[in-house]
Amino acid sequence: MNEQTIAEDKLELHPIDKWLRSERMPHIWCPGCGIGPTLYAWIRALDRVGIPKEKVVYVSGIGCCGRGSGYLDVDGFHTTHGRAIPFAIGLKLVKPELCVNVISGDGDLFSIGGNHFIHACRRNVDLLVICTNNFIYGMTGGQLAPTTPLGDRSTTSPYGNIEPSFNTPHLADASGAVYVARWTSIHVRRLEKSIAEAMEMKGFRYIEVLSPCPVSYGRRNKLPEPDDIAEWFRQSSIIRNGANTSEVQIEKEKPLILGNFVKRVGKPTFYELMKKLEEKVRGR
Amino acid sequence: MRKAVLTGKHFWYGNIAIAEGAIVAGCRFFAGYPITPASEIAEHISRRFPEIGGTFVQFEDELASIAAMLGASWAGAKSMTSTSGPGFSLMQENIGLGVMMEVPIVIVNVQRGAPSTGLPTLTAQGDVMQTKWGSHGSYEIIALSPDSPQEAFNLTIRCFNLAEKYRVPVILLTSETVGHSAGKVVVPPKDKIELVQRKKPKVPPEDYLPYKPDEDLIPPMACAGEGYAFTTTGLTHDEKGYPDTTAEAHEKLVRRLNDKIRRHLKDIVDVEEENMEDADIAVVSYGQVSRPARKAVGMAREDGIKAGSIKLITIWPFAEHVIHRWAKQVEYFVVPELNYGQIYLEVKREAAGEAKSLLIPRMGGKLITPTEIYREIKKVSEK
Amino acid sequence: MQASSKVLPSQRVKVSRGEIHVIKERCKQCNLCIDFCPTQVLRESDEANEKGYHVPELVEEPEKGNTCVACGFCQVICPEYAIWIEARRDE
Repeated sequence: MNEQTIAEDKLELHPIDKWLRSERMPHIWCPGCGIGPTLYAWIRALDRVGIPKEKVVYVSGIGCCGRGSGYLDVDGFHTTHGRAIPFAIGLKLVKPELCVNVISGDGDLFSIGGNHFIHACRRNVDLLVICTNNFIYGMTGGQLAPTTPLGDRSTTSPYGNIEPSFNTPHLADASGAVYVARWTSIHVRRLEKSIAEAMEMKGFRYIEVLSPCPVSYGRRNKLPEPDDIAEWFRQSSIIRNGANTSEVQIEKEKPLILGNFVKRVGKPTFYELMKKLEEKVRGR
Repeated sequence: MRKAVLTGKHFWYGNIAIAEGAIVAGCRFFAGYPITPASEIAEHISRRFPEIGGTFVQFEDELASIAAMLGASWAGAKSMTSTSGPGFSLMQENIGLGVMMEVPIVIVNVQRGAPSTGLPTLTAQGDVMQTKWGSHGSYEIIALSPDSPQEAFNLTIRCFNLAEKYRVPVILLTSETVGHSAGKVVVPPKDKIELVQRKKPKVPPEDYLPYKPDEDLIPPMACAGEGYAFTTTGLTHDEKGYPDTTAEAHEKLVRRLNDKIRRHLKDIVDVEEENMEDADIAVVSYGQVSRPARKAVGMAREDGIKAGSIKLITIWPFAEHVIHRWAKQVEYFVVPELNYGQIYLEVKREAAGEAKSLLIPRMGGKLITPTEIYREIKKVSEK
Repeated sequence: MQASSKVLPSQRVKVSRGEIHVIKERCKQCNLCIDFCPTQVLRESDEANEKGYHVPELVEEPEKGNTCVACGFCQVICPEYAIWIEARRDE
């Protein structure tokens, strides 16, 4: 068994490095953060579906997750807080042949950017939106988010959160998204498959990825070690594909319901309807 | 199928002239939100774009509209929005992103009475300083102001040309009166209209640095999907586009963003001077007010007063070299504007020590008449 | 419904073996690779990288079944892209 070794060859790189701006590693994210595995699952899904690098666009907003667009060797846009979705819509409508992805955080997508999210679902613009939901504002030091579970502590809810949190898959479903799923950043293989499945569809596709933030969320909520939240996800998760999204609200003492919840086929996208309108007007 | 360039003579509202000017300039992406008194621009574009193949989206708000324009411009489209005060205020954060990422876009602000909801249907020139300083930080921006439908048409094209050339958001600072007054607009033949396109990289992708400027301080612009795999951010960044949040990197970047405009003042700044050769009194005006201002100068000349007119077509960057030059000749600058003193402050600053300045303020709502301006010229001439 | 898969005789199963690669300077000692390894091949070492994080090392007790089976889970779960596996097939 002496073939089993840890190789220490620095010249050899991780398989993700062909997609990475390697010179920028290590990244800024904290030990145990879920953004890294989520991005790797997304990269594997791109490889699995066979989308070439030059077709991939990564748009992000502000926050920890916002920095992701600068780490990958694709066209990356680190925009303003909350505005990643409309920025991506503009880009995609002009160049519909590109694979445009918004990967951003829960605060960015559901607090300051919440209005854009529901309208993008309603319009069914052709975007894949991945939300790394870590239940907190990580980069600014752990303030209350619209996804913080009831009762949890943050730097701006020091006595416990009194606000109900968003059930984001339900919000996406109710607003008309054609694909809705939820995984965690430790369910990386299922997440990869789910992202690949979403990539092969058209229209507004949404995947929520529950993601550990040991430093800004865990430390204040009795999950201080880098692997505590991952352990919580492992032990509390139940996979229920096709679940009614109204029943997947995250509550601290209840199981976390994961799965591919919604898949609507045949709903026309904004772009398709715009092109149809153009034909009609030009044919007059 | 209707054509993009409607060569010929038309009788158009200012707002329609702006929409047609944008189409002539090659604008094929419009994102906006309804607002009085700018809505006719969006309405007209929504009718025209399906005819000529452009993307029109009425977004959920102005925040989304300007973000989408930035994205569309990064995909290679000439992009525009139209709005008025309240919407312009909402756009300020992403105007800053446009400055920082160096994105060509055009924003039309049809000014109305303000602050706040103010006078939605009545005219004003109250957003002059907001146009310069509305987003946070020290930056230079370009703004042009038309006084008629024909000029609105012409300047809309120029806005796109300047945006593409300097990679900066450009604002057409017009007003309700210009937007809602009709006049003759001549659209020249397509081949007689000069259009500027953004500089593209000449190096292979592996050598491309998205923020490495040429000698003119403007970096060539790759667009999404062209194989350059570039990254861009609103954070202070280096030539690679990577975040570099050090004081040194900030100094270097922000200095260049300002200098790329300041060093090209003479190319950007456009003024129209009338009766200035022997003038003792210069009336400095812009936009709609330049029409009564020129009339008032004519009235003063009939009276034997040596008055002249300086009409600012470019509002920002400010025509400081022009005012500086005339300050050595004239005794007085008279500045009528529909606000409580904005361009007046710039004129006064440039004239300081050489000539005096007088503000004729009028809050939003109604125009200043030629007679009102003439009376002030006369008073000044008697001093 | 009847399950259609057959159980293979054990002697015909070929077990993968993995070569574990670690980029030490990327590691931030979150220990996810250690916690989630199904065959518990890894443990925290005494060796710290330049940022002071203790990188994982191999548990040298293969006789207790601690052998890398190249499942690659550490690779896909590592937040730092600091560890990856090259699979080899035992013949």
